Amino acid sequence: MSGVSLEVSDLTVHYRTLRGDVHALEGVGFTMADGEIMGLVGESGSGKSTLGKSLIRMDSRMRHVRGTVRLDGEELPIGDQAAMTPFRYHRVSLIPQYSMSALNPTRRIGRMIDELLESRGVRPASVRAELLRRLDLVGLSGQVLRRYPIELSGGMKQRVVMVLSTLLDPSLLIADEVTSALDVSTQRAVAQTLVEFRDRGYLAGMIFVSHDISLVNQIADTIMVMYAGKPVEKGTAEAVVNGPRHPYTRMLISSLPEVGVTHAERRLEGIPGSPPGLLDPPRGCRFRERCPLAFDKCDQEPPFVEVDRGHWAACWKAG
Amino acid sequence: MLRLDRVSKVYRVGSFGRERLHAVRDVGFEVRSGQVVALIGESGSGKSTIGKMVLGLTSITGGAITFEGTDVAGLRGHRAHKEYYRRVQGVFQDPFSSFNPVFPADRVFALIRAEYFPEVGEAEWRRRIEESLRVVRLDPAQVLGKYPHQLSGGQLQRILIARALLLDIRLLVADEVISMLDASTRIDVLNLLADLKARGMGILFVTHDLSLGNYVSDTAVILRRGAIAESGPADRVFTNPLHPYTRRLLSSVPRLHRTWAQADAELPADDGGCPVHGRAGAGDGSATLVEVEAGHFVGCAGDGEGGPCRPDPRA
Repeated sequence: MSGVSLEVSDLTVHYRTLRGDVHALEGVGFTMADGEIMGLVGESGSGKSTLGKSLIRMDSRMRHVRGTVRLDGEELPIGDQAAMTPFRYHRVSLIPQYSMSALNPTRRIGRMIDELLESRGVRPASVRAELLRRLDLVGLSGQVLRRYPIELSGGMKQRVVMVLSTLLDPSLLIADEVTSALDVSTQRAVAQTLVEFRDRGYLAGMIFVSHDISLVNQIADTIMVMYAGKPVEKGTAEAVVNGPRHPYTRMLISSLPEVGVTHAERRLEGIPGSPPGLLDPPRGCRFRERCPLAFDKCDQEPPFVEVDRGHWAACWKAG
Repeated sequence: MLRLDRVSKVYRVGSFGRERLHAVRDVGFEVRSGQVVALIGESGSGKSTIGKMVLGLTSITGGAITFEGTDVAGLRGHRAHKEYYRRVQGVFQDPFSSFNPVFPADRVFALIRAEYFPEVGEAEWRRRIEESLRVVRLDPAQVLGKYPHQLSGGQLQRILIARALLLDIRLLVADEVISMLDASTRIDVLNLLADLKARGMGILFVTHDLSLGNYVSDTAVILRRGAIAESGPADRVFTNPLHPYTRRLLSSVPRLHRTWAQADAELPADDGGCPVHGRAGAGDGSATLVEVEAGHFVGCAGDGEGGPCRPDPRA
């Protein structure tokens, strides 16, 4: 891995609601190296999908409060819808959650792809050969272009979506829960295909968003764990899974039932309580209420600091 | 307690229902009291259809489902069904869709009272609700009077289980009850199922997730395309998987401390044969299950639709 390719600093995004601003992302800062697959894990409402969306398209409810994103040294104008257009799909690409279920049912796959390419200013004929080559790589014949989405299985649709979203070799692909609707064997095939895409240079870096840390660990180089709108830990997948520093990560990992663990032998425990509301988030550490290690100092915000080489954590006790 | 005997379900599909879809084929197993049976399968395996047939929500095409000696398909009329639901209840995947968002979540308790216990007094009913909330480890003060959107998925799911506990239920059908819950709370619901099992309840635990199927279950039933591929004591099925399909599922489930490659390497060697017909592979998948060790049954590797259980060597 060479130099830094993605640099996010102090990214803060709020959702506007009638009751006030929801602080969905607060001071998010991290870097990704060239070629890195970063697994982004967190529970529902932790801000992982919001982070993914912020890097490519903020919807009308989202407000970019502060912070910058630099991709390959160039600043992304994330708060400016029009200025972001040239970057979208060409440099930053997104596979949104449930996208495989959102394929236009009235269009054949081929025509839908052509329309999408044209809308992004790409002549379909210029990438046709590459499209067929990549479909073949994921085990789909060119025939699939003449099919309607209803004629394909979930795994086939997801592979079409993956090929389509990486056709222009983006610098960054954000894959949001791409395998969560798939059966386990298909899930494995889809996840491994994304790694192969990286190895072949079809994408320079990927943020793989998932709620399942066991799945992320199978394919990611690094893992970032989010809680209540903030990253709490980032490090190599190996370090985060085997030597987690943040109490939240530790409790999350120890609450996972795995094949081979039975209730009779070892009763696992969940994390008591629930995440704080983000309409008016508490001061200091956002995990404090549920944390068994919490002490006085936790009412001050713990900084996201490097606790070991390449391993960051936001906890006063993680140092 | 609950017994399924060669149960089948055929749906009519296609235009004018001319085609037949065998959603469930000759499925048989038993749930005893104090036992958790995990019904594991991918989408389209028929696992939810079986859950619905047990709950009497869909008709049975062939075979029989009996609960404590009574034929479930033979239940006729409101009264018989009501008595059945006094003993058998279901909880489903999406807790949010089980509640009416206009009313407080605890209305589900009032509905049980109106239907089953109109004679019980206010104070006594309150006591029963609080007790059953305590069993599911909820603080009554925190959940009573709250609307569904004010509660988490885990809390709502536990309220639904508490609702079932108000009745004197003997069997709980839990269909993907934790699939929608967050990792840090799903273990609480799993532990709750284990507690209920310890109280003598029988649980039919329907899931697509093998790692969850292993944690609380005594028996595992692996379904493939409507038929049982493999069934037996959960620890045997998970440590000594014999059907190629079970093996593939086990090698694909992501595990935290094993890479997929390690999981592949750890599986007992596959001799490439069908567990029923061996390497010769003359079976077409229609054969019944074979008992390979005490209580551990495995089916033919064929696809169940006439396909051979061995790949054609010429292909």
